[in-house]
Amino acid sequence: MAIDPGSAAMNGSGRLAGHAAVSTLRTWWIVLRIAIEERLVYRGDFALGTLMRFLPLVTQVFFWTAIFDAVAGATGRTTVAGYTNREMIAYLLLTQVSRAFSSMPGLASGVALQIRNGEIKKYLVQPIDLIGFLLASRVAHKLVYYLVAAGPFALVFFVCRGYFNGWPEPQILVAYVLSLLMSFLLGFFLEATLGMIGFWWLEVSSLLFVYMLFNFFFSGHMFPIDMLPGVFGTVVRVIPLQYLAYFPAAVFLGKVQGAELVWGLLIQFGWVLFFVFLCRLMFHLGVKRYSGFGG
Amino acid sequence: MSGISDPTFDNTAALPVRPSYLRVFLTFARNSLVRDMTFRANFLIECITSVAWMGMNLGYYLLVFQFTPSIGEDTGWGQYQFLVFLSTTLFVNSLVQAFFMPNCEEFSELIRTGNLDFALLKPIDTQFLISLHKVNWSALANFFFGGALLAVSLTNLSYMPSPIQVVLYPVYVICGVAIFYSLMISLAATSVWLGRNQTLYEFWFYITNFSRYPMEIYRGEIGGPLRWFFTFIIPLLVVVNVPARLLAQPFDAQNWPLAGFAVLAALAALWISRMIFRKAMLGYRSASS
Repeated sequence: MAIDPGSAAMNGSGRLAGHAAVSTLRTWWIVLRIAIEERLVYRGDFALGTLMRFLPLVTQVFFWTAIFDAVAGATGRTTVAGYTNREMIAYLLLTQVSRAFSSMPGLASGVALQIRNGEIKKYLVQPIDLIGFLLASRVAHKLVYYLVAAGPFALVFFVCRGYFNGWPEPQILVAYVLSLLMSFLLGFFLEATLGMIGFWWLEVSSLLFVYMLFNFFFSGHMFPIDMLPGVFGTVVRVIPLQYLAYFPAAVFLGKVQGAELVWGLLIQFGWVLFFVFLCRLMFHLGVKRYSGFGG
Repeated sequence: MSGISDPTFDNTAALPVRPSYLRVFLTFARNSLVRDMTFRANFLIECITSVAWMGMNLGYYLLVFQFTPSIGEDTGWGQYQFLVFLSTTLFVNSLVQAFFMPNCEEFSELIRTGNLDFALLKPIDTQFLISLHKVNWSALANFFFGGALLAVSLTNLSYMPSPIQVVLYPVYVICGVAIFYSLMISLAATSVWLGRNQTLYEFWFYITNFSRYPMEIYRGEIGGPLRWFFTFIIPLLVVVNVPARLLAQPFDAQNWPLAGFAVLAALAALWISRMIFRKAMLGYRSASS
């Protein structure tokens, strides 16, 4: 029996690596499953909440229709900032979809809270990566959200189908899905990065409020950022917030096309990478200066 | 005959003491102010954030008016008229948030945890105690923001409101607050039957959203019934619309029926909410021993 010690060791480590990959996958799968079950506990409340979230949109439809009436009556024009009445309402509906991907309720404040109350120790001593864990549970939460929210969303879009000119072309649709997926990643890593500031400042709620305020108005959630004049418009196009709500919706409506669309997707991808690295870096630096005491 | 047999406790004399509601309320207000002033920086931040939020909203409406001369054609809601409307929204909302919002939120929690027992035992009207025992002073920052906005808008309007309009305006603002309060306390009281009602605040935001725009925008085959429903069944639309129209637009005899209705609606809302509150108290079962 001639055993080559070298190859045996190689085999062993190979098997070990394979085993490690499987167990990592299993860990992720379990994290995902726990989060899904957690989320489904209050599913009735949850579906109702989703439908309620469209209530402000009803007012917005009437509000914008009144605005377009007044504009047409006074000037004879049928567009506002390049949007027709139908496009405006379609846009506001689509930003709801963008937000369903990019909004991360409680992520930054949750991270900051765990840093403050010391719960973060759990991730430092266990073989679990905090950011990976948060991402997995967020993916699970979102999956459950889509599962439950699909009904209300389908209903609202079916009722409002008159505001759309049918489905866009396949390549636009692909770009739209890409921008939505990236808006999820961007939203996640941007908020996680904000949460990491908790390593330096113990109280980040004021900062998060400012972020929420800017996000609400300058991501295009409330109105298309094409409406912003002069320097505001320029600044808002440079900062990454528009990729959380405006950009996917504008892609779907065909407001961004050709080379501009490709560039838009690339820049969005660039922002995602930027925040992935920044988030990792801040976590790394934060853990270095973090000190935990007691149980 | 059961009862207190201790001869030193004169129980017949102790019975008919009526608390002075005003003094109790002033004590509540004072205590809340003391608590707020203990954390002054926090208080200041709360004021700044709520004003910043409204500032952003104001910016949004100013942006919209860059594109349009008015909200709806021939509705009379031009930029400055609408800013009067917005200040009215601020007055009503800040008053509700200062005096009732924290209490109604806590009310649901009291029911859930069973701590309502303590409120029921106090020798004072339970609805009064529950509704007013905390004052959120920082919410009044928006009241002053609304005041400044109202002053600026009124000086930019081409006409001056008559004295009667000026006198009636605060009355209608209070009517609006009464309607909002009634709705809020009724919603909070439903926790008795539903058990869990943590989305109250969220629901509140979504439903009062209807009151934030001039009622003229609700037109057409869906808008018409919607306007009717939110005027006569759940009178959300009269809350801001009636006082704002009273002050921002020339006096018109056509508006009297709606103005009269607003007073009736406020009284009816208070009465109904009182009934709901009583019914909820009868259905209340304490949480534990």
